[in-house]
Amino acid sequence: MSDQKKVERRDFIFTASTVVGVVGIGAAAWPLIDQMNPDASVKALATTEVDVSSVQPGQSITVLWRGKPVFIKRRTENEIMEAKSVSLNELKDPQKDEDRATNPEWLVMLGVCTHLGCVPLADKGDYNGWFCPCHGSHYDTSGRIRKGPAPTNLEIPKYKFVNSKTIMIG
Amino acid sequence: MSEHEYQPKSKFGKWFNDRLPLLTLTNHLTDYPTPKNLNYWWTFGGILTFCLITQIITGLVLAMHYIAHADMAFNSVEHIMRDVNYGWLIRYIHANGASMFFLAVYIHIFRSLFYGSYKSPREIIWILGIIIYVLMMAAAFMGYVLPWGQMSFWGATVITNLFSAIPLVGEGIVTWLWGGYSVDNPTLTRFFTLHYLIPFLILGLVVLHIWALHIPGNNNPIGIDIKKPSKDTVSFHPYIVIKDLFALLLFTILFAAFVFYSPNVLGHADNYIEANPMVTPAHIVPEWYLLPFYAILRSVPDKLMGVIAMLSAIFILVALPWLDTSKVRSAVFRPLYKQFYWILVADVLILGYVGAMPAEGLYLLIARIGTAYYFAHFLIILPILGKIEKTTPLPLSITEPIFGGSLNAEPVRNRENSQKL
Repeated sequence: MSDQKKVERRDFIFTASTVVGVVGIGAAAWPLIDQMNPDASVKALATTEVDVSSVQPGQSITVLWRGKPVFIKRRTENEIMEAKSVSLNELKDPQKDEDRATNPEWLVMLGVCTHLGCVPLADKGDYNGWFCPCHGSHYDTSGRIRKGPAPTNLEIPKYKFVNSKTIMIG
Repeated sequence: MSEHEYQPKSKFGKWFNDRLPLLTLTNHLTDYPTPKNLNYWWTFGGILTFCLITQIITGLVLAMHYIAHADMAFNSVEHIMRDVNYGWLIRYIHANGASMFFLAVYIHIFRSLFYGSYKSPREIIWILGIIIYVLMMAAAFMGYVLPWGQMSFWGATVITNLFSAIPLVGEGIVTWLWGGYSVDNPTLTRFFTLHYLIPFLILGLVVLHIWALHIPGNNNPIGIDIKKPSKDTVSFHPYIVIKDLFALLLFTILFAAFVFYSPNVLGHADNYIEANPMVTPAHIVPEWYLLPFYAILRSVPDKLMGVIAMLSAIFILVALPWLDTSKVRSAVFRPLYKQFYWILVADVLILGYVGAMPAEGLYLLIARIGTAYYFAHFLIILPILGKIEKTTPLPLSITEPIFGGSLNAEPVRNRENSQKL
């Protein structure tokens, strides 16, 4: 470019109007994009209270929270021992059992495989925990990924014991 | 496009055509010079147009009776099957029509691969075709979700979760796609909207696809440039129209056989169980036409890399006109390519088969070899083959092998000149 064009007032107007136009289109597009995010009625269902008084050791129940299954498992002594005895080096996504189940008797986690979102089956797989039938991920008695394509452990939702027999998830 | 000026015969026709040249367009389409040696593999363009129109008409009717709501969708489909007059017929045509559409599009694509129809000057036609194919897959996937059966629900869950493999923003994108924290009513209603929209996008792209085709004209089984119009061409109407209609007749026999005798054989029994977010079916498989890509997805042990491999397997086709370095179009004159072509066909069929099987043991090994070969075909074999393959001599024209002499002195000379360069 040998002949350098002088910047004129017209160039400024052209650039400025383009910028304003782009910002305007962006502002107009945002509501059209954001309307697809979870709406107020979906967000309102963010917490669920569960009565767990009838769950015996070794049993588990599945409840629906935000449209997803949540596993609430009352673990036996053996299962807790098994989960605690694993050394962290063996794990693909290292996490201590204590960090996953603050009350070791109760394991509360999302029943959603971290691979592609299927519901794993209980008391199956090579590690006596959960097994996902879709693409073959094996989870241990702490819900940690041990084998298969899933990248991370089963997710622990936010929850707390409201009293000795009620858990509030969310 | 032929440059001769068309004049309508009637006075009204002339008056109208001067204002909107629709009759000129019709004349272009009927007189359009077409290679006289087109074989039956060339009839699938017309068959695909038929499939698209069939899907749009039956889909329109189904939408009059279907209710896009998580609580009512499953029952409304059963209502269509049992109560609506001829509802069973229309739904079975629509459901099997999707499979027939993909059957035809795969034949259409593999015809292109065999005869080199994607090569210069037809790259844009090819790329438009790939975009149409991707939109077809999107439409088919969303359509499969609408009956809200178990396969609908879990298919939707697995496929939308593919986006969660994207680092950082993946989870946010999945929530945005769902409109919630799982596949639910908001997902269903938006899928219904998009499923209704996409066929019309495809229709628009089909117009562009045909427009782009009419610039260089059809490729042909021997893949040489021909002079148009000449003794190597026939007019589209009636010659090609009748041939297309005959092929369509045979195709509709197959179509009808599925609709009337085994309407559910291509579907999955689990989809007659209403969607249940608490229970995943024991064995999730996509529809048959997506199986090769599903096999590629599962053959990679890493989540993100698996998704990338699957998408690459589709989009690598966009680069095909530049990956294939051979100047000769038709496999008829490429003895080595012809063999690799059939190996690729076998490879895709094998991938489709293992895609339907559990991803473990021998099946997983086969899927991995098949995936590696698929990419090797496009990234290694085709670029090298174009350089080293000794092609057999091309005829000078379509009629030359029979009558001798050349009708196409000019294109042949051009070709020879370009090869000298």
